[in-house]
Amino acid sequence: MKFRPLLLIFAALALFAAACGSDDAVEAATEAVTDAAMEDDAAEADAMSEAPQRIVSLNPTGTEMLFAIGAGDQVIAVDNFSYYPPEAPVIDDLSAWSPSVEAIAGFEPDLIVSQGPIEGIEALDVEVLVLPAAVTFDDVYSQIEQLGAVTGHVGEAAELVLQMQTDIDAVLAEVPARETPLTYYHELDNTLFSVTSSTFVGEVYKLFGLENVADAADPDGEAFGYPQLNSEFLLTADPDLVFLADTICCEQTAETVAAREGWSELRAVQNGNVVELNDDIVSRWGPRLVDFVRAVGEAVAAVETAAAG
Amino acid sequence: MNVRPVGCRPSWLIGGALFVVASCVLVLVLGQANIPRGAVLVEAFDRLTPGTVESGLNPIQKSIVWSLRMPRIVLGLLVGAALATAGATYQGVFRNPLADPYLLGVAAGGGFGATIAFVNDWGDGRGIFDGVQLAAFVGALASVALTWFMGFVGSRERGATTLILAGVAVAAFFTALQTYLQQRNTEDIREIYVWFLGGLTTEGWGEVLLALPLTVVCIAALALSGRTLDVLTVGDDEARMLGMPVGIARLLLVVLASLLTATAVAVSGLISFVGLIVPHTVRMLFGSSYRIVVPMSIIFGGAFLVLCDLAARTLGTASEIPIGVVTAFFGAPFFVMILRTTATR
Repeated sequence: MKFRPLLLIFAALALFAAACGSDDAVEAATEAVTDAAMEDDAAEADAMSEAPQRIVSLNPTGTEMLFAIGAGDQVIAVDNFSYYPPEAPVIDDLSAWSPSVEAIAGFEPDLIVSQGPIEGIEALDVEVLVLPAAVTFDDVYSQIEQLGAVTGHVGEAAELVLQMQTDIDAVLAEVPARETPLTYYHELDNTLFSVTSSTFVGEVYKLFGLENVADAADPDGEAFGYPQLNSEFLLTADPDLVFLADTICCEQTAETVAAREGWSELRAVQNGNVVELNDDIVSRWGPRLVDFVRAVGEAVAAVETAAAG
Repeated sequence: MNVRPVGCRPSWLIGGALFVVASCVLVLVLGQANIPRGAVLVEAFDRLTPGTVESGLNPIQKSIVWSLRMPRIVLGLLVGAALATAGATYQGVFRNPLADPYLLGVAAGGGFGATIAFVNDWGDGRGIFDGVQLAAFVGALASVALTWFMGFVGSRERGATTLILAGVAVAAFFTALQTYLQQRNTEDIREIYVWFLGGLTTEGWGEVLLALPLTVVCIAALALSGRTLDVLTVGDDEARMLGMPVGIARLLLVVLASLLTATAVAVSGLISFVGLIVPHTVRMLFGSSYRIVVPMSIIFGGAFLVLCDLAARTLGTASEIPIGVVTAFFGAPFFVMILRTTATR
């Protein structure tokens, strides 16, 4: 068993890749489309004629954004995880995990939307827009605007951004502030992998002033903000809220959580504050981010009511 | 090579048993939840004895002691003893100091089985009789059977070397299948890698109950096989001259060791180096007769893994460190040391 250390590295990389994009990558991506973004609204119709009509997306979040800004008709192929919205043209064998440049070339794309650099893609001489995992809300909005600019849907992209911001503000306005902050645990899988406040998911909870119990597990960022919690620690921390982002991957529910050894005594379980989230919505940073924010807002408001009553 | 008829001294066994008990007590009272140590011992005493003693712990603390710490310790003892005993057995059967429990492709076979189960959502590898555990167990045994079969078909000599080479081929084959399957199902890849890292994290006693019967039976059988292993160590021809049915003896020993390894893999994933370094340490400390190496490997294998697991769950303030990291951290330098001492001999 001499290959074990390699596995470790793979696992770390998988978590890292699944999770966070570096700031450099965000900047690079921004630069890549600066020229396109220069176009003004008046030129939009004109831009439409020369806008890409054969877009290949290897980025599930990018796919959601493309369809949300009305560029769906220009998308001809998406990777096997881009199954939202349902009308997205999923190619079962098209992998964003280990992309094949030849397979991509077969679609004769005029724009490729990816989540990270694709080795050898330069050979195709096609514009590649890299949209790495968002780190902040601004990353989300700027990525939508970038897509609007390159696809000729600047106006719709701006509308979508405004709508998302308005919706999120409306949710926040309805959740009253608390004197002592609530604590929460966000579960990525049933081996207790979690996220810290330094992640994009953490940003969402920060909107509501929630305190993350997992922050203690990765204070120096060694786990890239994705530590595996010790169950003893979690039971002792006894968070007010438990958010399950593993309802699809690992079929977890409020019931399975309550059935875990010792968990029935947790405040969140006893007060009915175990929240089932959709794994996909929570792990992406697209237009459905609003749904995630709304779900958290409702959960926080529910704790308030229970405490008052 | 030491083949003097030296058995295990009673004082070693008693001392070893005391060491195990001391390790378990230490590990029981330490943890990330700051529970009063005395109360933990009272609670454990209450649970393990018929009478009722009130420890004064709250329900969550009681769950931590009984459902998290204690099953984890027992599982550590079982898995550590299983891997160390299997490693010692393989080293004797194949007369190869670098043999470990995964020699005949068990890791790759078990990993392939687990991968199939994860991809098809047969379970999550936890509890008792979970789909992932069963698939890993079957895969592990299948790989050994295939290795054994290939080793025989490939060579009329039926030599140990042929078997080891067959093991390499089988491991490569199953690793290829497993990697292919993972690449086709990237949505499950994280779950699979977490499983591969191995760990003793349990909730309740499911894994312990699953592993206990087979582990105890196989370990007991191997503990009585010290003399057979000693004779095999001398060489096949010499063993035959001493009247031993070499083929049958080797098959039986490999079956027992493989059952142990497969069980350990099923409940705890792939934990490396325990099966390699514990038998070697025991050999250096107490002597190289398998009548010593096997029983002492059982004792120190269990204690070593329990202590490694203590590090795995307490080095972080709130997080888990995969136990494979801890065993490899101690194991890798040790591995080099073994290589150096065997090279200079």
